Amino acid sequence: MRGVTKRFPGVVANDDVSLEVARGEVHALLGENGAGKTTLMNVLTGLYRPDEGEIEVGGRPVELHSPRDAIAAGIGMVHQHFRLVETLTVAENIALADRQAPFLLRGREAERQVELTAEALHMPVDPGAKIWQLSVGEQQRVEIMKAVRSGSRVLILDEPTAVLTPQEAQALFGTLRVMAAEGHSVVLITHKLHEVMEVADRVTVLRGGRSIATVRTSEVTRNELASLMVGRDVEPERRREPGEIGDVVLEARGLAARGDRGVDALRDVSLSVRAGEVLGVAGVAGNGQRELAEVLTGLRPASAGVVEVDGKRLRDGDPRAAIRAGVAHVPEDRLRTGVAPSLSIASNVVLKSYRGEVSRGPFLLLRRIAARAAELIRRYDVRGAVPHAPARLLSGGNLQKIVLAREFSSRPKALVVAAPTRGLDVGAIETVHGYLRDAAADGVAVLLVSEDLDELLTLADRIVVMYEGAIVGEVDARAASVEEIGLLMAGVA
Amino acid sequence: MRIERRLVQRRWLPVAVPIGSLIVAFGAIAVVLLVTGHAPLPTFRRLFDAAFVADGAVTNTLISATPLAFTGLAAAVAFRMRLFNIGAEGQLYFGAIGAAGIALLLAGQSTWLIIPAMIVAGAALGAAWGAIPGVLRAFAHTNEIITSLMLNYVAALVLNYLIFDSLSYWRDTSATGQLFPQGKTLPDAAAWPTFTLGSVTVPFGFVVAIVVAAVVWVLYTRTRFGFETQVIGDSPRAARYAGMRTRRKIVAVLCLSGAIAGIGGASQDGDFRHVLDARGLQQANYGYTGIVVAALARYNPFATVLVAFLLGGLENAGYTLQGADFPSGLVGMMQGIILFAMLGGELLVRYRVVIERSGSVGAAEATT
Repeated sequence: MRGVTKRFPGVVANDDVSLEVARGEVHALLGENGAGKTTLMNVLTGLYRPDEGEIEVGGRPVELHSPRDAIAAGIGMVHQHFRLVETLTVAENIALADRQAPFLLRGREAERQVELTAEALHMPVDPGAKIWQLSVGEQQRVEIMKAVRSGSRVLILDEPTAVLTPQEAQALFGTLRVMAAEGHSVVLITHKLHEVMEVADRVTVLRGGRSIATVRTSEVTRNELASLMVGRDVEPERRREPGEIGDVVLEARGLAARGDRGVDALRDVSLSVRAGEVLGVAGVAGNGQRELAEVLTGLRPASAGVVEVDGKRLRDGDPRAAIRAGVAHVPEDRLRTGVAPSLSIASNVVLKSYRGEVSRGPFLLLRRIAARAAELIRRYDVRGAVPHAPARLLSGGNLQKIVLAREFSSRPKALVVAAPTRGLDVGAIETVHGYLRDAAADGVAVLLVSEDLDELLTLADRIVVMYEGAIVGEVDARAASVEEIGLLMAGVA
Repeated sequence: MRIERRLVQRRWLPVAVPIGSLIVAFGAIAVVLLVTGHAPLPTFRRLFDAAFVADGAVTNTLISATPLAFTGLAAAVAFRMRLFNIGAEGQLYFGAIGAAGIALLLAGQSTWLIIPAMIVAGAALGAAWGAIPGVLRAFAHTNEIITSLMLNYVAALVLNYLIFDSLSYWRDTSATGQLFPQGKTLPDAAAWPTFTLGSVTVPFGFVVAIVVAAVVWVLYTRTRFGFETQVIGDSPRAARYAGMRTRRKIVAVLCLSGAIAGIGGASQDGDFRHVLDARGLQQANYGYTGIVVAALARYNPFATVLVAFLLGGLENAGYTLQGADFPSGLVGMMQGIILFAMLGGELLVRYRVVIERSGSVGAAEATT
């Protein structure tokens, strides 16, 4: 694609972006969140139409009005969220996308075809299994096969490793190499540098909607790529030094809870966090980490077990009890849970403390609220924020700073933090990590839930690993390896 | 052609759109008037005249506007928290029942006692009727739209029962009352006062509505209660996360909404009808029109009173306009088109219509 520009009101998401992917290569598209990666891919797959620029496939210019056009042009996409029919088998799902499949499906024959494809791509999958029986990694393989069987010559994968264990990611990279060797073109969208270095032949770096550079991975270092991506030199983050560790502040014993669909999401979880300690919670997304954070903070009622703060039992399912006991919470879904998006930044700053010093009797002291907001905006360096603007206008990083500012300024005893840096750019991640380090140094007991193992290894003292709602292992963050944790995450150790 | 959500809100839109809507509405009305053989411009003149200019026009407009201000405020209070209380109609009936009952009970007492008692009784019964959908919503997760709507029919049946189907305390049991069922006339001391401003007579109820609007404004912008309703309305998850007692607030807001509608019912008894007027209240549809009032005012309490005044004018002018040469159906049509255009225009404030020419992109590419 050449000179592609896509504008949205107020922003130019892609500004004169050019991308050239050769036959038989794995090409990484690297950029921070908001750099325009997803917009570019939506242009390539026919979801958006570019305002300027053109797209060629195999030397022929193509016009992509819809995803159907893109598929016809041989462009296949594997989204972060899979598009599979859960109640059908692997072979049936693939046949749905296969334009060469006969009208009357012969089950045996279809399964045979899938087996051949699976073998050719080194992707072991049982073609007769129903989708809902498969792990997330296996479902992703089905998505890839679907794209291949529908005749894709260019395969685009959007952040494919976000839902995988390290071992599954390795297997995926093997498959991508095989596909490239067979003449497919693979585009890997990612913000993880080590993936780029590991699997890609070339990499195009996007920053602020522009394509900054296209380089061979064999000719650059990881740090050079990071600097290209961020636009300045970045120091690799140092591991947090263990601080002074005090008494147990937050303790859970035998917690169980149901998930949103009514099935058991949490089974007999016990853990304790001491003052000044960072306890990491690792696991592949959807293994009970979110429910754990919600039960600890009273948002979700427990079906069994107790939560104690400083030895005192919290009332179950009552967020106000947790807040009063000094448990601050940075929720995973910051836009819908962490803030009231249409309300002002000032309102969101006092979301939990409006009953306290910013009110007199039933009345709010609006001036004091505005002053409080202005002070926190300054202290936490929330750029571009004014107290009366609606919170939803803030970028992800600045929104997270508001949430952190509010939670930290309540002088909590314990802090439950879920996916605090998901979707943030490198600069914001550094800031958020800095605040977490400071909190632990101040003697706050921090429970950090994250899917990013690097983040956990950098910040945590201990790491517990969750699998299918239970804690399957605990490791010392200073002695553990990614492989060890990965095996626990996969539920095999 | 597609309809998209606006990504950027333009400042002039909330002003320009209603004006544009009115122009469109009057254009459409002009067409219908021409087809039916009426001259549009003189008709518009007469309409405006009868609503706001002629002798006694504003007085009559205020009479039409007072109940709409109450039901509009009732709707606005609930809708602000995304609680869709469609039950102002029934809550107003109950307010009227309560106020009439207490006025009859206190017959012979001072007017200083009776009028406050009517307001309190109207508010209390309206709140009680509003509490039913509130409790059901908060504790049983039923949809308050359906329950509050259904309770309107129940309230209407109660009203009919009290006046037509029983010898209740509210029914006139004299000889004529036996023959033609009607409510007992309220004592003279229960008649609400009026204020004269130049040539305009302002009913006490309208003054009460303005006071209620001010109280609602303070409540919603300056108090912890209002802050909580704002958060709950915007994001119930965030409210729960912040430790707010969501269920209590749902009940409280629906009670408040019902209480305001109930005062509207008391005002009907005290200001205008001086009797529990079962048939008249049911014909007026104040509760449903109040929803339109609140929507046009974007749930702002002061704007609600203003919109009630304008819609009251439209309604009042309708009575004046209709006659032998101007059928009432035509009046209804005019009112309908104006409301339709105003509400339809609201869509344009938040959404925009995109017209796509399918050939344009292809043509641009062909030339490069």
